[in-house]
Amino acid sequence: MPKTLRRPSVSLSHLIVPLLALLVIVIFNVIHDPSFFSVSLVVNNSGNTVLSGNLVSILNGASELAILAMGMTIVTAASGGQDISVGAGAAIAGSVFVKVIKSGNSSLGLILFAFLACCLAIMLFGAFNGALVAIFKIQPMIATLILFTAGRSIAYWVNGGATPTVSGDLLGYLGGFFPGMPVPTPVFIVIATGALFALALKFTNLRLYVQAVGINSTSSRLNGINTTWIKLLSFIILAACVAIAGVIRVCRLGLINHETILLDIEMDAILAVAIGGNALSGGKFSLAGSVIGAYVIQALTTTLYALKVPSNAVKSYKAIVIIALVAVGSPVIKKLLVKARDSFLLKRKAAGGAS
Amino acid sequence: MKKFICLAIALVLALGAMAGCASKAPASTGPKVIKVGIVNNPPSESGYREANVKDFESVFTAANGYEVQTYYSLKNDEQLNAAKQFITGKVDYLLISAAATDGWDSVLQDAKNAGIKVFLFDRMLNTSADLYEAAVVSDMAKEGETAVSWLKAQNLGTYKVIHIQGAMGSDAQIGRTGALDAEFASGAMTKITQQTATWDEATAKQIVEAVINSGEDFNVIYAENDGMAKGAVSALDEAGITHGVGKDVVVMGFDCNRWALRELLAGNWNYDGQCSPFQAKVISDMIKSLESGGSIAQKKVISEEKGFDATTITQADIDTYGLGE
Repeated sequence: MPKTLRRPSVSLSHLIVPLLALLVIVIFNVIHDPSFFSVSLVVNNSGNTVLSGNLVSILNGASELAILAMGMTIVTAASGGQDISVGAGAAIAGSVFVKVIKSGNSSLGLILFAFLACCLAIMLFGAFNGALVAIFKIQPMIATLILFTAGRSIAYWVNGGATPTVSGDLLGYLGGFFPGMPVPTPVFIVIATGALFALALKFTNLRLYVQAVGINSTSSRLNGINTTWIKLLSFIILAACVAIAGVIRVCRLGLINHETILLDIEMDAILAVAIGGNALSGGKFSLAGSVIGAYVIQALTTTLYALKVPSNAVKSYKAIVIIALVAVGSPVIKKLLVKARDSFLLKRKAAGGAS
Repeated sequence: MKKFICLAIALVLALGAMAGCASKAPASTGPKVIKVGIVNNPPSESGYREANVKDFESVFTAANGYEVQTYYSLKNDEQLNAAKQFITGKVDYLLISAAATDGWDSVLQDAKNAGIKVFLFDRMLNTSADLYEAAVVSDMAKEGETAVSWLKAQNLGTYKVIHIQGAMGSDAQIGRTGALDAEFASGAMTKITQQTATWDEATAKQIVEAVINSGEDFNVIYAENDGMAKGAVSALDEAGITHGVGKDVVVMGFDCNRWALRELLAGNWNYDGQCSPFQAKVISDMIKSLESGGSIAQKKVISEEKGFDATTITQADIDTYGLGE
């Protein structure tokens, strides 16, 4: 009797839960309101013809979350823990961006410079987090608790004002639509970020090293991998994602409210990683899963708004769906499913052998 | 281990530097210096608080005959401790904007026993009225009523309202929601959607997007602060829906940020309700009157708060009443 049965490839089985979740939300919405996913062309108030509809809202609205989820996946895989300071970090990044933009006339050059400046600033904070985790071996959630607590105050201090505003055509294009382009710009930024990750994972040893460190840090070190550097690097990569997300959010509305910008996004980002079928204890990871997880969360939010769930109850509804999702993806349920499948296959095999 | 100690020391130093001390050098001149202890929320809390703190800094100065100690915290227990220290330090007056409304009885009793006069500003406390001299506060419910009565005066015919709420349970949310809820209940206005954006601009935008995508008709956006109104407006802009004076959708916000009032002046929004952070002058006048042997006429002073209409607002209003930039 064969002791092991061939399992489906790991990455595909990881994607089953998030894809299923997405499918359930889609089917639910189509039944509830057949026109939910209809997309139409409208002329917006600046005279551009743009796409409009719930599908566009979901794709557009999930942009920041999708980008953060990618970075969070790398940190999770390498360190076996999560960074809970991404929301506060985005407040700092956004504030630095606004500070630099306000010093000039929001030309393309200045925007690029502002982006680089905020990237650099938040990467320093990311390196601080990473150093606490990689060098001082502090648990990631505790290490990032420091920035989680202090980040929004630092963001306030950067601009010294409550809701500084910036304006400029180019900023508006970045957060909304480029003239003549019917798809929102943040969607393209997600695609570009995803492509960068894909290239880095394909042409460097990043995936191998990150997974090795996440699975067994000691043996990775004994095999010559610089585990400290890999963990540090994962936090710096996440910091770059935080900078992109913060800048998108600032460009969307041309202002930064350091107290509310991307508030509680860390929980959604961690959730996206979990829904994506990644182990929160580190090791093997799937970026695609996390990104799909991000869209699942945004689709859920948009659905709840469309259903006009009362304000007081939104979080409870979200919680119920999430509990269901996480339960379906839990190892115990998965094991039961695999067992059921195995016994089914064995029975069939036995039946086949007998005949 | 050494690394840990170094790290700990570095952290303590860094946090100490960040927390800062808001103490002022004591004034040495003048016939009688009035010692005042102020317990407030930190200016980073909001644009409102920033203006509030600046207001107190500009009125309670050494030049005006005050020696001021200030303590900022968002936490009630820290505020209570600070108040106790001010009492031990024998201030003449104690000014409080509390983080939470409960738990102040014993501290206020201590102050009374020590002969220290207490003023409440911005927020009421849940305590006996004889424990403080006077309260200078905002009436959030009245802000909502002012806004809704302005809206009714617009004679729109039908009122189909998108109501975007602040963080559920906050003073401002409860107050600003109340009057509108009454209109929904009486049937005078139709609730298209009522959803909390927890003061977040982008969330407000998503809520309005969801309504637009559903194809439902609406003609009023009532957002409980300026930021959320801005988010809502950007959703309108992307969908090609006009807004402002004489346009399809009436836009209402609160807080009177300067940038929001400029939107009013440009006719892009219709209404902005004020939440006055300026209480320092009123309290200072009361203190001066007590010092010169007078008494306080009113126990509870409600800050006078305006609502600005886009058709009547002037640049002078923006300069006078606008907060922030």
